[in-house]
Amino acid sequence: MEVNIKINSVTHSHEVEPRMLLVQYIRELAGLTGTNIGCDTSSCGACTVHLNGESVKSCTVLAAQVDGMNVETIEGLAEGDGTLHPMQQAFHECHALQCGYCTPGMVMASVSLIDENPSLTEKEVREGLEGNLCRCTGYHNIVKAVLQASEVAK
Amino acid sequence: MIPAPFDFIQVDSVDEAIAAISEHGDEAKLIAGGHSLLPLMKFRLATPTYVVDINRLDELKYVHDAGDYLAIGALTRHCEIEKNEIVKTNAGVLALATHSVGDPQVRHRGTIGGAIAHGDPASDIPSALLALKATLIAKGSEGEREISIDDFFTGFLETDLAEDEMLKEIRIPKLPNAKWSFQKFNRRAQDWAIVGASIICDDSHVGVGLVNMHSMPFRSEAVEAALSNGANAEEAAELAAENTEAPTDLNASKGYREHLARVLVRRGLQEAGR
Ligand SMILES: Cc1cc2nc3c(=O)[nH]c(=O)nc-3n(C[C@H](O)[C@H](O)[C@H](O)COP(=O)(O)OP(=O)(O)OC[C@H]3O[C@@H](n4cnc5c(N)ncnc54)[C@H](O)[C@@H]3O)c2cc1C
Ligand code: FES
Ligand code: FES
Repeated sequence: MEVNIKINSVTHSHEVEPRMLLVQYIRELAGLTGTNIGCDTSSCGACTVHLNGESVKSCTVLAAQVDGMNVETIEGLAEGDGTLHPMQQAFHECHALQCGYCTPGMVMASVSLIDENPSLTEKEVREGLEGNLCRCTGYHNIVKAVLQASEVAK
Repeated sequence: MIPAPFDFIQVDSVDEAIAAISEHGDEAKLIAGGHSLLPLMKFRLATPTYVVDINRLDELKYVHDAGDYLAIGALTRHCEIEKNEIVKTNAGVLALATHSVGDPQVRHRGTIGGAIAHGDPASDIPSALLALKATLIAKGSEGEREISIDDFFTGFLETDLAEDEMLKEIRIPKLPNAKWSFQKFNRRAQDWAIVGASIICDDSHVGVGLVNMHSMPFRSEAVEAALSNGANAEEAAELAAENTEAPTDLNASKGYREHLARVLVRRGLQEAGR
């Protein structure tokens, strides 16, 4: 079946099998490999993207289900001239990543959290990121970065 | 992990959805949020020939105040219900149970109808609907019918829905003066409950729904009856494992779950003012 998905404001059209997962579409057909696959079982959050503005785990959505919808991935956050999104800048400044594998999903989940609640407390950040696992940082600097970005967003 | 091949059917109305499942019978599966069905399909524990996508049925996404009861469309997502003011005021335990589901990404996709129709004893949401004594509205090729939540679950991942029926609406009696509590015991933040309990108490109504204490979502009639007969929280909670058939798995033995049920029900009743 033919599926058209607008990813970071560019429409991609591809013939797919109905069983293709959104994360495969993004990585293999759209060629946007910033979105990672970690667990493949909706537990780790590495594959988090925005679907119509809300964070979702793209390993647990079919590409066919989002035909005609808007998806935003980590590649869509920075400005055209390379200026980082405030969340990316905060991750950079707070040293909120080490290996970086969880980072695209962590950043996308965090941006969605702040969109829904611009005045997050530390507890709300920790709870709001419970679906994203990081095996390196111990989360401390990630939480700091999200709080810093939420100050900027205010 | 990729599901086995299937044909994808996109529907734009409830009637189209019912036509598709009537035509294909047990070869077809509705997909709502997909957050229970797709994991099963990826593990090849479910291999439907036809997958019928109901995500575009905006007619089933709502929370209405219908006078005596709240009406919630089956496709309303968890993230809408957990934040909805009408739900928080009149059926607070449902808002709490829904908020405890997974993580924000899961709650952006998962739907109340999917959480009920899946018939999972480990799911938090049915326990709240049992405590609240909800009524479900199903529609099939023969028309609509009402199903009491007490008659809906028939076994492990099995429900009273016929092959050609789907859930349309959940009706919840409004209990603005009730006190409630939702208790969930798990090891890590995002995990499913090892045991959970939804509790509702007011002058005319006590409701106790348990998570993971049977092969299907379970109402604790023993605790409810004791409370109605004047037992205090501690006395009633001692009965929380009566008639249960708790599973033993990697997380907990049957005996440990029974202990947890007694503890969580006691805490819940105390929090709900008993
Ligand atoms: C990582 C993760 C963590 C989770 N944690 C929890 C948790 O802590 N607690 C909890 O309670 N749940 C949890 N869930 C499950 C979550 O609540 C699911 O969203 C929910 O159980 C199913 O809803 P769905 O809309 O995704 O249903 P789907 O997966 O789309 O469907 C589930 C079943 O219901 C049927 N169905 C769906 N809609 C209808 C309808 N309207 N009429 C008839 N049949 C229908 C489908 O055919 C399928 O058989 C978790 C899920 C994931 C992936
Ligand atoms: S890869 Fe999707 S949640 Fe882990
Ligand atoms: S930085 Fe390595 S997993 Fe998070």
